[in-house]
Amino acid sequence: MMKFTEEHEWLRVEGDEIVVGITIHAAEQLGDVVFVELPSEGTVVSKDDEVVVIESVKAASDILAPIDGEITEVNSTLTDTPGMVNDDPQGEAWFFKMKASDPSQMEEFMDEAGYQKFIG
Amino acid sequence: MSDLHQTPLYDLHLELGGKMVPFAGYSMPVQYPMGVMKEHLHTRSHAGLFDVSHMGQVIVSGASWEAVATAFETLVPMDVLGLADGRQRYGLFTNDVGGIEDDLMFARRGNDLFVVVNAACKGADIARMKAALEPDVTVTPIDDRALVALQGPGAEAALATLDPKAADMRFMDFGALSLDGIEVWASRSGYTGEDGYEISVADKDAETLVRRLLAIEGVEPIGLGARDSLRLEAGLCLYGNDVDAQTNPVEASLNWAIQKIRRAGGAREGGYPGAQTVQAAFEDGVARKRVGLSPQGRAPMREGTQLYDAEEGGRLVGHVTSGSFGPSIGMPVAMGYVGAEYAGVDTALWGEVRGKRLPVNVAKLPFVAANFKR
Repeated sequence: MMKFTEEHEWLRVEGDEIVVGITIHAAEQLGDVVFVELPSEGTVVSKDDEVVVIESVKAASDILAPIDGEITEVNSTLTDTPGMVNDDPQGEAWFFKMKASDPSQMEEFMDEAGYQKFIG
Repeated sequence: MSDLHQTPLYDLHLELGGKMVPFAGYSMPVQYPMGVMKEHLHTRSHAGLFDVSHMGQVIVSGASWEAVATAFETLVPMDVLGLADGRQRYGLFTNDVGGIEDDLMFARRGNDLFVVVNAACKGADIARMKAALEPDVTVTPIDDRALVALQGPGAEAALATLDPKAADMRFMDFGALSLDGIEVWASRSGYTGEDGYEISVADKDAETLVRRLLAIEGVEPIGLGARDSLRLEAGLCLYGNDVDAQTNPVEASLNWAIQKIRRAGGAREGGYPGAQTVQAAFEDGVARKRVGLSPQGRAPMREGTQLYDAEEGGRLVGHVTSGSFGPSIGMPVAMGYVGAEYAGVDTALWGEVRGKRLPVNVAKLPFVAANFKR
């Protein structure tokens, strides 16, 4: 089941890893994505660290680490085909996987119904 | 939001799904559902329709063309007097230090000048013209006309379906057209690097005209987002970013806009604000120049990016004034100012993006060849 943050990220638990991406709503707001810069695998991050840079034609935005942990894998396909973020933000265009230091940090996040209500 | 002005096309923008943003005091569509990238590409391949009614339209009139043109030449370093009836020219209002107060388009309409200025500057421009030119000539802001641009290789065929005379106009021609019975003033010019028209139309007719244009196959509404990426690829300056009150025309690489007759040795040399500074810049050269910049990686280099002459250490040699992604060339594009010794095409520089120095080369402008019908 997906969890959603107020920063318009989604998280999905996959074994002992958490897959992170941005929501359809966020991708629509960003517009055409032309550049994605991913962190290095193995990077240890704290919640709210800027871990991914994403640029549309118009502007740059940061994607923040939703929880504390370690980046275990990045979706390097996005570097060459950033437009995937617009095509399939909640599927193929995940950004990174991470191992959580404290999985209880996930508990504060919204479920899909809560997120839909949040974005109104 | 309530203090924002609306153009006569505001309701139509909403109906078309325009994403409205504040721009120069107006609520304007930054994009439509098509999105910036597709809107940009559509304009280059077909035709795009832009609402630019936020821009200022002004008529300068007087006893004779000579009176109007001679007066206007005290504000701009352009050859105004030599402009033939029905022709348009690019211009600059300069200040006492030779800086650029605004850039503009002016066209001769009989004995009058029809002037189009930037939205953000129009109040100051009108005040400047009135203070300097009246009472000898009259400066009349036009508050009851919209301005739309139809741009792209399909623009001529589209407009000619409404008035075949549109096809007879050449680049920078200006004149009256009757578009399916709606009287307009049109110039064959624009801000995209493409062939096209800018059309001044009475507020009351604006929506009807735009609906007719949008009903033509291949014409789509385009927002300000794509307008910006189109003009950047075309190497055209955005006032406030690429030229401003501290930048003289020679630094801005706008030498071409100052005709010989207004330069040193010309029959009507000088006689505009800051002429001494501008003439000195022509003769002695300038310390910095506006150049095109091609980031060598995929990361766009935005406005404010600092430019260095080395990957580590080195000197700060300039900065980016406009930077984005160029949808037509599939790479980032930028413009900026660099020290004159770094202004040669292909000079390798480094732009500092998020703390990292990334390679960027000085590039020839425009990035996309102009497609004008001369």
